[in-house]
Amino acid sequence: MSQRDTGWADLMRAANSGDAESYERLLREIAAALRPQVRRGLARAGRSDADIEDVVQEVLLAVHLKRHTWDNARPIEPWVRAIAHYKLVDALRRRDGNFDLPIDDFSATLAAEEEGPAVSGREIDRHLERLPPGQRAAVLAIAVEGASITQAAEQLNMTAGAVRVALHRGLAAVAKSLGKD
Amino acid sequence: MRTDDLVHALSADNHAARSTIERRFTLAAAIGFVISAGLFWMTMGPRADIASAVLTVRFDLKIVEALLLSATAIALILRLARPGASTNLQIIVLAAAPVLLAAGVITELAVVPAGLWQTKLVGSNSLICMTAIPLLSLPLLGALLLALRDGAPTSRGTAGAAAGLVAGGLAAALYATQCIDDSPLFVATWYPIAIGAVTILGALLGRRLLRW
Repeated sequence: MSQRDTGWADLMRAANSGDAESYERLLREIAAALRPQVRRGLARAGRSDADIEDVVQEVLLAVHLKRHTWDNARPIEPWVRAIAHYKLVDALRRRDGNFDLPIDDFSATLAAEEEGPAVSGREIDRHLERLPPGQRAAVLAIAVEGASITQAAEQLNMTAGAVRVALHRGLAAVAKSLGKD
Repeated sequence: MRTDDLVHALSADNHAARSTIERRFTLAAAIGFVISAGLFWMTMGPRADIASAVLTVRFDLKIVEALLLSATAIALILRLARPGASTNLQIIVLAAAPVLLAAGVITELAVVPAGLWQTKLVGSNSLICMTAIPLLSLPLLGALLLALRDGAPTSRGTAGAAAGLVAGGLAAALYATQCIDDSPLFVATWYPIAIGAVTILGALLGRRLLRW
């Protein structure tokens, strides 16, 4: 098991017991590790770099919503990579009809790419527009404005529990509609 | 949206880990089985001579084969529901039930005179067998596919097919308690057709329903 894997597994275990900071760090590290892989996958399909961040974000959403499928007795990086491969192939197929990516080419581990904090995608915003107003407001307040659950609750005049539910449903709905397009 | 912002939202949505895949599948299989068993009980029920039938090797063998198939297919599903999990061992183990069935067929051919082979193979119930098993498997297949939607199968068709094997195997175990044809020659001819149909249905449904 690689050093990175051990680190990620520790962060995920901490996250599963409620440590949001470890979780945030884990997701950032995963995003950085995914970028070169997604870039290569897109290049191989003859596609531009423009979609990298959209695919990375879709993978992050999937990692988040499917994190209970990681068996915490097993290495975590192959799990992340399998999700990334599935989502990349899916994204390419959605846009191009049929495309098959050899898994071996994709599975090589590359050094994480450092990217500035400004890296953004466009797809999620497009799908956010279709959400019910409450869910959209919760996601935007927390994601874009960087509010905490409590701050968002005050701002939106909702209970903290209602914000949590709206955030979760909003994220799940965005992930679902991303996969359908 | 910036990736940093998304990460912030995802970590705000981090709450206690949900129940495990294993627990969900056990629950789904149990609920599906209760519904299928209820259907079986209402429409057919076990054969009248079940008490003496369980004392015969041929009867027990067909039940064991069906349950073995379901158990090995459940082990496979639990792997298929997790991205990146290796399935090699589980696919090899899946051969256990067919191997046991083949051994039963060979033994049967050795102990039964050749003149009776055809009668044993044709049996008296093949049409009911091929109708009852797929019908009884439907509640199970539905429950298992629902549980799989909570997982993250990267090969949707294969995962659906494995759900079909579990559902077909459990339905076959139920039906086998009703069927009076116990010869391995009958079981090896008709049960695979019925379970195979459920498996194909599972694969087709899996492709469509298990997107994530």
